[in-house]
Amino acid sequence: MSKEPVAVVGVGQTKHVAARRDVSIAGLVREAALRALTDAELTWADIDAVVIGKAPDFFEGVMMPELYLADALGAVGKPMLRVHTAGSVGGSTALVATQLVAGRVHGTVLTLAFEKQSESNAMWGLSLPIPFQQPLLAGAGGFFAPHVRAYMRRTGAPDTVGSLVAYKDRRNALKNPYAHLHEHDITLEKVQASPMLWDPIRYSETCPSSDGACAMVLTDRAGAARSPRPPAWVHGGAMRSEPTLFAGKDCVSPRAGKDCAADVYRQAGIADPRRDIDAVEMYVPFSWYEPMWLENLGFADEGEGWKLTESGVTELDGDLPVNMSGGVLSTNPIGASGMIRFAEAALQVRGLAGEHQVEGARRALGHAYGGGSQFFAMWLVGAEPPSS
Amino acid sequence: MPEVLKAPLVVEFPFTRSLGPVQSAFLTGLRERVVLGVRTTDGRTLVPPVEYDPVTADELRDLVEVAPTGTVTTWAWNHAPRRGQPLGTPFAWVLVRFDGADTALLHALDAPGPDSVRTGMRVRVRWAGERSGAITDIACFEPYDGGPGTPAGPTGHDGSFTDPVTGIVAPARLDYVYSPGRAQSAHLQALSERRTVGERCPSCRKVYVPPRGACPTCGVATTEQVEVGPRGTVTTYCIVNIKARNLDIEVPYVYAHIALDGADLALHGRIGGIPYDQVRMGLRVEPVWTEDGRHPDHYRPAGEPDAEYETYKELL
Repeated sequence: MSKEPVAVVGVGQTKHVAARRDVSIAGLVREAALRALTDAELTWADIDAVVIGKAPDFFEGVMMPELYLADALGAVGKPMLRVHTAGSVGGSTALVATQLVAGRVHGTVLTLAFEKQSESNAMWGLSLPIPFQQPLLAGAGGFFAPHVRAYMRRTGAPDTVGSLVAYKDRRNALKNPYAHLHEHDITLEKVQASPMLWDPIRYSETCPSSDGACAMVLTDRAGAARSPRPPAWVHGGAMRSEPTLFAGKDCVSPRAGKDCAADVYRQAGIADPRRDIDAVEMYVPFSWYEPMWLENLGFADEGEGWKLTESGVTELDGDLPVNMSGGVLSTNPIGASGMIRFAEAALQVRGLAGEHQVEGARRALGHAYGGGSQFFAMWLVGAEPPSS
Repeated sequence: MPEVLKAPLVVEFPFTRSLGPVQSAFLTGLRERVVLGVRTTDGRTLVPPVEYDPVTADELRDLVEVAPTGTVTTWAWNHAPRRGQPLGTPFAWVLVRFDGADTALLHALDAPGPDSVRTGMRVRVRWAGERSGAITDIACFEPYDGGPGTPAGPTGHDGSFTDPVTGIVAPARLDYVYSPGRAQSAHLQALSERRTVGERCPSCRKVYVPPRGACPTCGVATTEQVEVGPRGTVTTYCIVNIKARNLDIEVPYVYAHIALDGADLALHGRIGGIPYDQVRMGLRVEPVWTEDGRHPDHYRPAGEPDAEYETYKELL
């Protein structure tokens, strides 16, 4: 049986900031959800089900926060489901919601992801002392820094590439009113002079800690026909996972990421991602992950990703813009970060991305990863409905 | 078979909560001996108040004050109070519908015994002596034989107080008994003899250190023990410049992936005995043990020539 085409007709985000002390968690998710409904010109009554995503419960210390968010999300009396796949959760949450529409289980679904990092300490949540085990000595960035060094060694990339990404993403964020970091005085020199935290990762090459939420309204063909603004159509979506550590794991370019991208491209009829995709919202919490993921996602041959970055191709006005919104490097409410990538990809093909719009973007990729490069989720959205 | 290890594990952290406008008013009210509810679109009064209408999903901001007296709607006797519960002596858990409210709040009732509690009994708030803007500002409920206290019905309240409580600290604590299982217990037993032992997958032949009891890629149990190391190769690393809490290591230090000889994936450890900026990929290292350490304290240069990249590039 064929699948129902799925359209994004509403997108909503909070203004992401270090701490939203004026709202409860319920108030935070409510803001994003209302903005998505407003964008779609729909009401709570139009929503058939709610799919919500959140990173580890330890990050805020509310065990199963979805239990008390049903009223804030208009979900009373409706099916509600929570998804959890670490940093990639915002992406996989959107994909679960997509499947509910594609499978004709529900006509219109509200999907939302959030994080209120200010209420806790993600570093603590990630490094609980376990009896008998040697404590991990590195912290969140330290876990990824050795992989960055491995990438540099493998490809011969000059050590300036990471700062180019950070400089680009922080400048892009200035054009995005919802972005957390707005560094108006950013310069490449400032990025390069920022302290080395986990050598080879500098302070300005790391993501901030944000409070924020992102929501989308997904609907079927009939719902899209009623949409007041252009919908984004889902042309492909996939998730893959693999262990954090195993013999033969390629931490620089994990197989789960490659397989996930290949599946999305197959569904979407993408033969050459570099040529066929107009814009990419990629999960880059540490700047060097841009060239690494360019290779993992098939935009560049192995060892060539840094050359794309260095040549300016991934700039906002480049041939393959990456993280037009400023990316995770500028905004990181962890549980929402993946959905923001998906939502920003949708905004691009809807032509609604405002100042960070890529002229004429017809097909865009949203990408998320999480855990120790363990979970991957991606979707490809287009301005036109899928042909099949 | 060696003994499988076990140890207590306590996970504890003082999380914070931003209350938002409704919970802020409710908890600040308790501090001021005022019980606030919220009025729904259809005219019901919810105590404790919520931010969004459970029926219509409307935003609720219409606060009202109800009386500090009410009626027990249901209850259960608690024979043996535990740490952190409202009363130290046996008490009843009760749902109390305040006079003027349409919903009930869960709390404790101080009563002589289960025979003295019944559904429908009248109760009133016993305020805590020291109040801070928390649900514990209600010390408990106590039996009461009068009519509604003041105010008699729900009366409008703008929810504003001087010095409102906008956030609370909500400590979370979980107690576990943790067991690392058979494979890791055997590994730790070997480490106590300063030997490093992994397990080989019978299918792909890869040697896992530390062992997990199963191969994550083949999905089969692993039992064949293989001694690896003690020497190994630094495959990749970073230089840590951030001082970690509860970690008695001076920065900068080197956190490295170390492929022990004979192992098929790298384990993680600290490199010492060499200036941090002289550590390199391919450096050959050996473990350094301390008197009471369960694991090697760190790894130091073994004094051998560096390993060729080709020999460890699959083990980064």
